[in-house]
Amino acid sequence: MTVVETINAAPARQKSRAWRKMRANRGALVGLGIILFFAILAAAAPLLPIPDPAATDWSALRKAPSAAHWLGTDDLGRDILSRMIWGAQASLMAGVFSVAIAVFIGVPFGLVAGYFGGWVDQVISRVTEALLAMPFLITAIALAAFLGPSLTNAMIAIGLSAMPIFVRLTRGQVLAVKTEDYVEGARSVGLGHVDIMLRYILPNVFAPIIVQATLTIATAIIAEASLSFLGLGQQPPAPSWGSMLNVAKNFLSQAPWMAMWPGVAIFLVVIGFNLLGDGLRDALDPREA
Amino acid sequence: MADAPVLSVQNLKTSFLVDGAWKSVVRDVSFDVMPGETVAIVGESGSGKSVTSLSIMRLLHADSSRIDGKVLLNGRDLLSLTEKEMRGVRGNEVSMIFQEPMTSLNPIFTIGRQISEVLTRHKGMSKQEARAETTRLLEKVRIPNGKARFDDYPHQFSGGMRQRVMIAMALASRPKLLIADEPTTALDVTIQGQILDLIKVLQEEEGMSVLFITHDMGVVAEIADRTIVMYRGEQVEAGATEDIFLRGRHPYTRALLSAVPKLGSMANRRWPTRFPIVDATTGEAVEPEEVADTVGKGKTPILSVKNLTTRFAVRSGLFARQTGSVHAVENLSFDLFQGETLSLVGESGCGKSTTGRSIMRLVEPTDGEIYLDGYNVLQLDQIGMRNMRKSVQMIFQDPFSSLNPRMTAGASIAEPFIKHKLGTTREAREKAADLLERVGLSASMMNRYPHEFSGGQRQRIAIARALSLDPKVIVADESVSALDVSVKAQVCNLLLDLQQSLNLAFLFISHDMAVVERMSHRVAVMYLGEIVEIGPRAAVFENPQHDYTKKLIAAVPVPDPARRGIRRGLADDELKSPVRPFGYEVPSRRYREVSAGHLVQVA
Repeated sequence: MTVVETINAAPARQKSRAWRKMRANRGALVGLGIILFFAILAAAAPLLPIPDPAATDWSALRKAPSAAHWLGTDDLGRDILSRMIWGAQASLMAGVFSVAIAVFIGVPFGLVAGYFGGWVDQVISRVTEALLAMPFLITAIALAAFLGPSLTNAMIAIGLSAMPIFVRLTRGQVLAVKTEDYVEGARSVGLGHVDIMLRYILPNVFAPIIVQATLTIATAIIAEASLSFLGLGQQPPAPSWGSMLNVAKNFLSQAPWMAMWPGVAIFLVVIGFNLLGDGLRDALDPREA
Repeated sequence: MADAPVLSVQNLKTSFLVDGAWKSVVRDVSFDVMPGETVAIVGESGSGKSVTSLSIMRLLHADSSRIDGKVLLNGRDLLSLTEKEMRGVRGNEVSMIFQEPMTSLNPIFTIGRQISEVLTRHKGMSKQEARAETTRLLEKVRIPNGKARFDDYPHQFSGGMRQRVMIAMALASRPKLLIADEPTTALDVTIQGQILDLIKVLQEEEGMSVLFITHDMGVVAEIADRTIVMYRGEQVEAGATEDIFLRGRHPYTRALLSAVPKLGSMANRRWPTRFPIVDATTGEAVEPEEVADTVGKGKTPILSVKNLTTRFAVRSGLFARQTGSVHAVENLSFDLFQGETLSLVGESGCGKSTTGRSIMRLVEPTDGEIYLDGYNVLQLDQIGMRNMRKSVQMIFQDPFSSLNPRMTAGASIAEPFIKHKLGTTREAREKAADLLERVGLSASMMNRYPHEFSGGQRQRIAIARALSLDPKVIVADESVSALDVSVKAQVCNLLLDLQQSLNLAFLFISHDMAVVERMSHRVAVMYLGEIVEIGPRAAVFENPQHDYTKKLIAAVPVPDPARRGIRRGLADDELKSPVRPFGYEVPSRRYREVSAGHLVQVA
C-alpha cells in the first residue's frame, strides 16, 4: 500500500474499528439481541396469530398460564401474551423516544451553557435547577395533562421532564473538558465555536451521557406506566407494559403472573439497553483496546 | 566502611498483576545505603525508580503486586514483617517525602497537628511535649516565624513551604533513613535550591541516610554520594557519583548524561546548538552542530509587542466586587525577528504563559499593542483573528492533554489546513503525511489515536499540527518541560532543525534555564509580570545584571559532581504574588542599556 492509499483508507477504518470492537463485546451483543427481539416482536404484532389484546373473555378471568393462554389471562380475561406483544410497542417507544427527546434537547443546552459560560450559562442553569426542583413524575403528569392524553404526548412530557438531568450532566462534563489543552489548541488554530463544540468537546463528554441515557430508558418506561394509570398515556384498552403492571398490583396474591411478565420484560429491556450502552461507550472510545 | 548499611536491598524484584499475568517492573536491584550517606536513584519515566522506593516501604497494593528479594533495614528484613509491624517502621524508622507538596498534606488539619501526630503516635509524647517539639522542627526546616504558624492550615502555605512542612513531618520521628521521591520536581528552581540546601543541612545535623529518587541529573550531581542509574526496570550502573558522571561505563548512562542540558555549556558559542546524540546501545556520541545563523535582523520584526498589559480581576464578597487584580503581565515590550528564538524565562506566576496566550489572544490583554506579520492583533475582529492564526501557532506543555483523544493523528494535523480552506481533503492528508515525516514520525502513523503514542511522539504530532498552517511564529509554552531528558533533547533538536529549514521564529516560554541557554538567540527574564532583563543569550547568561537573574542562574542545579555539597545560601523566602489591591499605581520603570541590546530594569 502506498502512503496515499493508506491515508485514504482511514475514514472507513475508523468506522469499522468501532464496529469491530462492538462485535467483540459479548455483553453488547447480548444487549442488542434482547432489544432486537422485543423490537421485532412489537413490529410484527399485527402479523402474529395471537388473539386481539383488547378482547375480553368472562369465562377466563385471571387464569394461570395454560395451553390456551401461554402466559395466562388478566382480570378482564384478556390474553396476557397478546397484550405483552402489543404492549411492547408502546413501552419501547415510550422508553426510546422520550429519552431521545431528553438527549436531543438537553445535551445541546448543556453544551452551550458549559462552553460559553457567563450569562448564557446563568440563564440555562437557573432554569434547569428550577425544573430539577420539581419531582420528575409530577412534572411529567402536569405536562401530559396540559398536552392532552395520548401516547405521543406522554412521550413528549416524559422527555421534557427527563431533559434537565442531561443539561446538568453535559454542562458539568463540558466544564471539565473545556480546560484541556486540546480545546485551547483548537482555538489557537482558528477553529470556530461550532467546530470546537462538535469535534472537540462533544465526543469527549459522551460516555457518561450514554450511560445516563440507558438508565433513563428504564425510568421512562415506568413513567409511561404511571401516566397510563392516570389515563394520560397509552389509552385503554390498548396495552403497555407499564399499565399492565399497574393493574396487576391489585391482584398480586391472586394472579402473580399478571405482574410477573411485564416486570420481567421491563427488566430485560433495561438490561439490554444498559449492556448496549456500555458496549457503545467502549466501542466509540479509541482509548479502549 | 566498617559500619553496617542502614538499608540493604538485595535482588529486589517487583511484579504487578496485569490482566491476570505477572509482569515484572523492577528486576534484580541491589544496593546498600550506609549511615549518613546519600544515594540517588536516577532514571527516566518508566525506569522503575519510584516502584523501587514504594517496594522498600511496602506501599504497593498487596493484592496486585509481588515483591521478591530482601530489603534489610538495620539487618531486619522488611519483606517478612507483618503489615502491623510495617506500620511501626513507616514514618518512624524510615520516612518518606513525595513529589506533590500541594496534595500530600491533609487540608482539614493544621500543620502543627499533623506534625505532632507523628510524635504522639511513634514517640509516645504528651501533647505539650509534642507541641514544643513541633515548634522546634518548624524552626529547624527554616519556616520563617515557625512558632506562630503552628495553627495554620496547609492552604496558607506556598508549595515550597509545604514541602518544608513535609520534611519537618518526616524528620519528626528522627528516622535513620529518609526516602525522598522527586521532592523538588514540582517546585520552582529557586525554591528547589532552598529545599536541596535544607536537605543537605539537615542530613549533616541529624546524621541520617537519604535515598533520593529523581530524574534530574543536576540534582543528583549536587546531592548524591553514590548514584544508581535505572533503565526499564533494571539497574544498569551503580557507583560513586563522580564515576558515574565522568567515567560512566554503560552506554545508557552516557546517553542520558549527554542529553542533559547543562547550564554554562554554551560559553563561546554564538548560535543555538543541537544536543549531542548518543546511541543508547553503543554509547557513541555524535558531536553537536551549531545551527547556522537564521535570524533576519535588519528587517522589520515579525512580532512586535509594545506595552502589553494583561490583568485579571480578583473579585470577592457577596456582590463580587472587584477588590484587586492579578497583574499577570505588566507593560511588556519586545521584538521578535524572523528565524529568531526569544525565550521568556521565569518562575511560576511570573506571567510568561499569560504573555504567550495574550499574543495568541487566548486571553484578552488589558492594554498595549501587538503587531504580528502585518496584523494589528488587538484590533482584529473574528474573521481577521482567524486569518491571523495562520501566522502564529502554539505548542503546549502537556503532550497528554494537548491532542484530542478522539481524533487520529492524521485528522488532528490535517484539520487546521482543511478548516482554513487551504486545499482539498486529499491535499490536507498529503500535507499531514509530509509533516509527520518532517517531525520524525512516519506517514503510516496517521490513523493512530493519541493514546497509541508516547509522550515525545505526541509532542511531535502537536508540532506537526502547529506547522500545518505554515506559520511564521510559534509560541512554544513549556513545550519540552514535561518530557524525559533524552526525549527532550530530541524534540529540542527537532525545533532547531525546523527553525533552520522553515525560518521560524520561536517565542520559547520555559522555566528551564539550561534548555533556554541552548535554544535561544535572545532571552528575556520575567519577574512578577515584568521583564527585568532582556538581551542576547550570551550577555544575559554570562553577564547577568539584575539581582533576580543572578539568583535564578545560581539556583539551577548543574550536572557536575564537582559541585557536590555546594550551598547556595539562598534566603528562605517565597515567591511574591502579583496580586495587587484595587487602585494600585504601577510604578513606571526605567531600563539601563548594559551593552548592545542588553537592557536591565533599574528601579
